[in-house]
Amino acid sequence: MIPELGQFALILALVLALLQCVLPLIGAQRGNAALIAVARPAVAGQAVFVITAFALLTWSFLSQDFSVAYVAQHSNSMLPWFYRFSGVWGAHEGSLLLWILILAIWSVAVAAFSHKLPDDFMARVLGVLGFISAGFLLFTLLTSNPFARVLPAPADGIDLNPMLQDPGLIMHPPMLYTGYVGFSVAFAFAIAALLGGELDVRWVRWSRPWTNVAWAFLTLGIAIGSWWAYYTLGWGGWWFWDPVENASFMPWLVGTALIHSQAVTEKRGSFRAWTLLLAIFAFSLSLLGTFLVRSGVLTSVHAFATDPKRGVFILAFLAVVVGGSLLVYALRAPKVAGGEPFAVVSRETALLVNNLMFACAAAMVLLGTLYPILGDALSLGRVSVGPPYFAFMFILLMLPVVVLLPFGPFLHWRSAELGKAARKLLPALAGAGLATALAWWLVGDLPWKALAGTAAALWIGLGIVLFAFARWRGAAAGRRYTPEMLGMICAHLGVAVFVAGVLIVESTSIERDVRMVPGARVEIGTLSFQFDGVHDARGPNFSAQQGTLQVFEGGRRIATLSPQKRQYLRNSQVQTEAALKPGLVRDLYVALGEPVGGDGAWAVRIYVKPFVRWIWLGALLMMLGGFIAASDRRFRVYAATRKPAGASDEPAAVEPPAPGHGARA
Amino acid sequence: MTRAPWRWLAAFVIACLVVTRVPAAVDPLPFKDHAEEVRFQNLAKQLRCLVCQNENLQDSSAPLAADLRREVFKQMQAGKSDAQIKSWLTERYSDFVLYDPPLRTGTWLLWFGPLLIVLVGALVVAATIRKRSLAHRNSAPPATPEDDW
Amino acid sequence: MNTRLLPLLGFLLLLALLGFGIWWSSTHDLREVPSPLIDKPAPQFSLPLLEFPTRSFGSKDLAGEPYLLNVFASWCFACRDEHPILMQQGKRLGIRLVGFNYKDEAADAKRWLAQYGNPYDVVIADLPGKVAIDFGVTGAPESFLVDGNGIIRYKHISPITPEVIERELLPRIAAMRGGGP
Repeated sequence: MIPELGQFALILALVLALLQCVLPLIGAQRGNAALIAVARPAVAGQAVFVITAFALLTWSFLSQDFSVAYVAQHSNSMLPWFYRFSGVWGAHEGSLLLWILILAIWSVAVAAFSHKLPDDFMARVLGVLGFISAGFLLFTLLTSNPFARVLPAPADGIDLNPMLQDPGLIMHPPMLYTGYVGFSVAFAFAIAALLGGELDVRWVRWSRPWTNVAWAFLTLGIAIGSWWAYYTLGWGGWWFWDPVENASFMPWLVGTALIHSQAVTEKRGSFRAWTLLLAIFAFSLSLLGTFLVRSGVLTSVHAFATDPKRGVFILAFLAVVVGGSLLVYALRAPKVAGGEPFAVVSRETALLVNNLMFACAAAMVLLGTLYPILGDALSLGRVSVGPPYFAFMFILLMLPVVVLLPFGPFLHWRSAELGKAARKLLPALAGAGLATALAWWLVGDLPWKALAGTAAALWIGLGIVLFAFARWRGAAAGRRYTPEMLGMICAHLGVAVFVAGVLIVESTSIERDVRMVPGARVEIGTLSFQFDGVHDARGPNFSAQQGTLQVFEGGRRIATLSPQKRQYLRNSQVQTEAALKPGLVRDLYVALGEPVGGDGAWAVRIYVKPFVRWIWLGALLMMLGGFIAASDRRFRVYAATRKPAGASDEPAAVEPPAPGHGARA
Repeated sequence: MTRAPWRWLAAFVIACLVVTRVPAAVDPLPFKDHAEEVRFQNLAKQLRCLVCQNENLQDSSAPLAADLRREVFKQMQAGKSDAQIKSWLTERYSDFVLYDPPLRTGTWLLWFGPLLIVLVGALVVAATIRKRSLAHRNSAPPATPEDDW
Repeated sequence: MNTRLLPLLGFLLLLALLGFGIWWSSTHDLREVPSPLIDKPAPQFSLPLLEFPTRSFGSKDLAGEPYLLNVFASWCFACRDEHPILMQQGKRLGIRLVGFNYKDEAADAKRWLAQYGNPYDVVIADLPGKVAIDFGVTGAPESFLVDGNGIIRYKHISPITPEVIERELLPRIAAMRGGGP
């Protein structure tokens, strides 16, 4: 009965989503207040039914109702309750329901916190969100029903994929989807502005906090995913440039460009069409990611079980949503460049270069990810595009960003002096140079990548600190830092920390595969790893062989590590559980291989990973920056009491139309 | 092979999962020093495991990957260069085995595509900046001092 | 032309590519590795016979006549699907059928052949998988069609089906007999 109720709730949610889409859009077009008023109640009602459906599926998992096919495939009577809980989004059907749930929550938040916006504008925003929700509900009901029964019910379930039985899985998808789906808000605002013809800068100001929050969640989601891969896959890598990772990285790159271009458009009125386009792109790439992960067009380490029918449906949906919105863009986007003019050296130029590089990076990732399909389509021969390609291209494309980033805050809007900014940044350059030389002199033969990482991180970090100081000295108390500025400082510091982590760990980490008999020691640098043998261990739904390694440094024991090799009882899958000792400047990481030879010897993999934590620490700082910036009260000034400095609400008449280069103006 | 490879594919995937999906291919090989080990690791990470999903040779635990690692190691001992080892592999398994696709007609777009995108983008950006800066030179300076933020 | 239309046009191209991707991935195995050995000489090898491990058998013994080299193993699920087809229709090919026992224990392989029947003219065993690498084998079952000059003319990955025999193998064998020595 419970699963049938769940399915019924989904059907009701679909009906309400359709109402939420159709009626308010018509209402806004005709100026019909009654139809416009449908939007908010429909959002609330849809959310109630989606939450009900999600709760009922969760209940089926917790109560172990194996007559539900999805539960039977992804749970098991021995599975601990918290993994039964997170198992809800452990595979395709349930994760889709999570997607819909998060969209419903975002919709409710938009409906609740936007009472001061014009009614017809909000009707269009909620209508667009309703359309997206309806599409996904239809997708679920037609191709991926999580409530389908299997009769007769099996006595027990197959079990959740062991790799997913991890705290990382509890957090990773919800955070990632909150980010993905959150871009739908900026998207809906952009489409609403296009449909309503209100192409002034107000929609940008209203959508900025939503974009920042979505971007911050996406940053967190990707960071958790990376951290999870680092310690569960047992390979010690933190990013594999796998198609599924790229699917989440492309919206992030475009989202990063978007939050920067929104700043320009909101403050100066420039790049309006480009900002609209980026808002459409960011969400389109989220949808594309959903397609790539669930359609089976690419091989990946962790793709969902696939079915061509699903691929066809998402592709059709993608065609309607993205094609439709780009058509609306083509018809309604402002034809003339608006906003204030600016000089060659100005913050506008700096942010334009930022946008160029991030957009190109996203395009590069898209090209590399889809190249195998392109190769098949054009008979170019089958190739594998992997980490060496992506890493090389990405570093190349991000080089200008790293070099120019510290200049950004020092450059004024409209017109700036490069020499003045450079003089202010001189201490950062000197500091970075000196520290890098010192590191080279002290540590000896460091790889160039590690030195470059140190230099780049200090250049960015010191540059931002210098800006914070200049602001402290230059502005009156109370007006020194706006939350927006603090967010920028925090996120850019995060970039510095991230760059240091990436380049140092990539160039100086040590990896050894060794055969160890009990009592044997392996020396790595100043560290000594002692293997104390393997014994049996047991978990709730697995049996394991657990090794013990003691790590000594300078004669002192600094860690005892217990890596496991688990055999899951129900489906006899084997999973290695690496053991690690995290540290701010160094992670120690060991994984157990196979027994080799009869003398109790085992193959053991040992990693020493300097500064690897800085990668996620940097990402967390970026996330924090996104949240801080979103909290700026300025974004919630709805009445046109104070126009943003210099931004005119009418299309600027000072410039001639520019048919040639309009697309990015 | 055109009519429903699904059944076979499913069996293949299951075989992959059950037989070879032992994560973390820990494979101690008798390297003569650490430099050789690092060279081996770097090479193995540029090679794709041909059996299972998207994994490199270093991390894959498929039996074929283990065989290929041994073979790469043996050739390294025999004094072959990385390029020679790679071409030995591509003679048997095609360029598909390389994660770092070689530059040839079929990969021209892959390697120069991003450059092309950057160039086109940079032209548009430069044109925009030029246009706006000309307007800036012709416009009067703002009457009120502007706040930066 | 209106530059505002460019994003839409770009997207339509992408859509076409993705549509192709769906069609292609539902009719092809994306992990299938293309063989660079087609129309190249088959690698020289010499391997022990499964039945008589002390006697070796190799490319020299196969020279002059076309043959089908079929990679199989007792641990391979899909080989069980393929095997009855080889048993029933293997003789239709009219060429020698060489069983290539891949990374398998001899006892297991013999038991397997005893249970399901032996369609092969000769069975060679590659326990270490070294020769298999020379052939570019990635798994089992795989089949190589080699002509009388020792040139690999065709490679089939996945089980041989009656359709494969009809559409791929028989026409090629006929062509070899017609045109070649």
